[in-house]
Amino acid sequence: MAQNPPALEARHLTRRYGTQPAVQDVSFALAPGETLVLLGPSGCGKTTLLRMLNRLVEPDAGTVLVHGQDVRQVPVERLRRGIGYVIQQVGLLPHYTVAENVAIVPRLLGQTDAWIARRTDELLTRLHLPPARFGGQYPHQLSGGQQQRVGLARALAADPPIVLLDEPFGALDPLTRTSIRREFRELPELRQKTMVLVTHDVQEAFELADRILLLDHGRVQQLGTPAELLFRPATAFVREFFAADFLSLQLRVLRLQDILSYLPLEENETPVNAYNSESTTISPTATIQDALQQFNPSFTATPPAPPQPVVWVRGLNPAHPDEPAPLTYPALMGAFARAAQQLQTA
Amino acid sequence: MKIVTELLAFWQLQADKIGHQTLQHIGLTAASLVLGVLVGVPLGLLLRRRPRLAPWVLGLAGVFQTVPSIALLGFLIPAMGIGPAPAILALFLYSLLPIVRNTLAGVRGVDAAVVDAARGLGLTDGQILRQVELPLAFPVLLAGIRTAAVINVGVATLAAYIAAGGLGEFIFGGIALNNPAMILAGAIPAAGLALGFDAALAGVQRLAGRRLVWAGRALLLALPVLAGLYLLPRAATKLLAGFSPEFVGRADGLPGLQHRYGLRPASVVLAPALVYEAARHGNVDIIDGYSTDGRIRAYDLLTLRDDRHAFPPYQAVPVVRHQTLAQHPELAAALNRLTGQLTDSAMTELNYRVDYLHESPRAVARRFLRERGLWRAPRPVPGPATIRLGSKIFAEQYILTELYTALIRGYTNLGVEAKTGLGGTTICAEALRTGAIDMYPEYTGTGLLVVLQPSAATLDSLGSDPATVLRYVRQQYRRRYQLEWLAPLGFNNTYALLMRRRQAQQLGIGSISELSRFLR
Repeated sequence: MAQNPPALEARHLTRRYGTQPAVQDVSFALAPGETLVLLGPSGCGKTTLLRMLNRLVEPDAGTVLVHGQDVRQVPVERLRRGIGYVIQQVGLLPHYTVAENVAIVPRLLGQTDAWIARRTDELLTRLHLPPARFGGQYPHQLSGGQQQRVGLARALAADPPIVLLDEPFGALDPLTRTSIRREFRELPELRQKTMVLVTHDVQEAFELADRILLLDHGRVQQLGTPAELLFRPATAFVREFFAADFLSLQLRVLRLQDILSYLPLEENETPVNAYNSESTTISPTATIQDALQQFNPSFTATPPAPPQPVVWVRGLNPAHPDEPAPLTYPALMGAFARAAQQLQTA
Repeated sequence: MKIVTELLAFWQLQADKIGHQTLQHIGLTAASLVLGVLVGVPLGLLLRRRPRLAPWVLGLAGVFQTVPSIALLGFLIPAMGIGPAPAILALFLYSLLPIVRNTLAGVRGVDAAVVDAARGLGLTDGQILRQVELPLAFPVLLAGIRTAAVINVGVATLAAYIAAGGLGEFIFGGIALNNPAMILAGAIPAAGLALGFDAALAGVQRLAGRRLVWAGRALLLALPVLAGLYLLPRAATKLLAGFSPEFVGRADGLPGLQHRYGLRPASVVLAPALVYEAARHGNVDIIDGYSTDGRIRAYDLLTLRDDRHAFPPYQAVPVVRHQTLAQHPELAAALNRLTGQLTDSAMTELNYRVDYLHESPRAVARRFLRERGLWRAPRPVPGPATIRLGSKIFAEQYILTELYTALIRGYTNLGVEAKTGLGGTTICAEALRTGAIDMYPEYTGTGLLVVLQPSAATLDSLGSDPATVLRYVRQQYRRRYQLEWLAPLGFNNTYALLMRRRQAQQLGIGSISELSRFLR
């Protein structure tokens, strides 16, 4: 960190609208590849904060640095061309085809036609929009989910190291939203990106964030990992903000390895030879939620029927870390409950 | 059917003129649209950035839009004179509102999210304007240009009133002469042009995407080219004539001059009210006028001698319905009190007072009657009996109407209702025949040539003797229309060709023959 400046840094950003402060003295620094989620209720200033990062809104005070350089030292258009930008309403140019929309920034940067065509095809294919079919279509011919995928492809077209996303999944129906979010999370393009994402959806924040910045009335309530916010809330506001989703968030935050020490050391009733090669094993880094999803009914139907549903976890037995060991539902839930209790009272 | 044949004959006869006027008309419309787009679109875009100005600018453009077109031209004449410049400016002002309003509506209609996304991607303001806002606003903007085009084709007919040419020349000539074929000869191509502009722009509007952008560019190129049509070289000429529409069409006007003198000056058409101003300010060199017009004196114009008697005598005479005279026997005596009172110079003086000194026709009429000892205070009107006086639209007729009003009210118990400002001769004659008015002052030559329209042989036999002509029209009017020509007022208000005195003297022109020789 000392020799490598943060990919994106905000220092004491403040912005007022009239006398009404929208963002007050917000600072953060992101390492390359890190994803920061700006979270908070409507009107908390999270969109204003995001828009200050690519100078769509000028701060009244404070500085934004990209790779250590003050953004005011670069021409604003050049700055923006180097930062991907995705918004809830997508904002595709309605008179441009899908391919032309994706090509906007590379064209501004003076890339060759061949390079642009190859890049567009590659991105559209990766986002499940076969270029042969979708490249020539106009935005109004696409569904909401497809439009947002194009919006994402457009933001990524010039391969910017930083991507800003303002409620990118906000306008989609829950089903499409979940599936696009999964694609998004798994997109190799995004693995190396430094991202700042605005949302008011707590589940989304916990699913995507490396760190969360929770805002209220323009002030930072807490900046930290999801687990930190959940188990060590800095203010009453933070605690209340997550109260309604507390249980499900814990399932997302806690991983199998976090609860290993709370597993009962009782005799394993399920023989190891019941392990079926068809059943998937999960790693200890999986979340409790992922593990719970593995308790699929089909397991119980596999003969010889085990007395209880199990999932196989590698590394459960410290003696044989490579050997999948079975984990029963009651054992998992019991350990989870004890771990959660411990973390809350700590 | 008759009118169709007349129309076709007219077109055939005037084919080159119609063609030229159509090109001028397209030129005027296109020139004003070019200005409208050049000023209106940037203005609309500016209003997008400065919304606080929008109500003011749109309000002002709206005010221009509501000023009647003829009045707008009237306002511009003192500042800009006559000719194409004020015409194009007026048309431009008319096109401004639809173009500004639609530009603003168009860019306002562009989805804010699209502009925000474009800005976030790193497009400059100029790129956003050219690649996002203008293309997306273009269909709405085009609808504004289309509205402006159709309005302007219509309003451009009025350009003929201020010597800017266009299809209005025949329309106004036709109205002045009550010649429907002539009106249609100009009106049909004008309507065709309006439909043509409308259809062409509607066609562009229906295009989408790439093609729309190309069409927009083509349009921006085509308009200036069309505007250039106006600049097609006019016949180079030593002297330019400016004639009123009626003079151009009347047998005893320009056609008579062409017949007698072979005079074919390069000419433009003008509103009757403007010909004197145009001559005075040097916009034109030769005009038609009336020999008793006050402005001849005021503007130091010279009446060219009609040495071959192309203009028949025009004695002013009150023409009254027989029925009216029979119902009110006292009327004729009252009207005849003016008989022989108005010599040429007396009438010119009265006209001068009204036209140039801007005294009211009523005040001028009353003072004249007082000086001649004819003035009597109005008598009470006991009954409903009312004499309806008609007049054409120029000062002399207004003065005569006031004189007769005073006489009727002073010498009889009849009421008077004045219907001044009846367009031209044929409108007055028609109103009198149908009984819409009871009387109006007419000129013998006008009655002869415009209303009676005798054969060439008859005209020749009548010659240019005032008494013979009066006898003929009186007899014919009695027989055909039951209308009576009373005794002449004294003056002879004939058509006259006028030039600025100084120019005429420099060129050594004193008569129409000399003018004709000079032009040849």
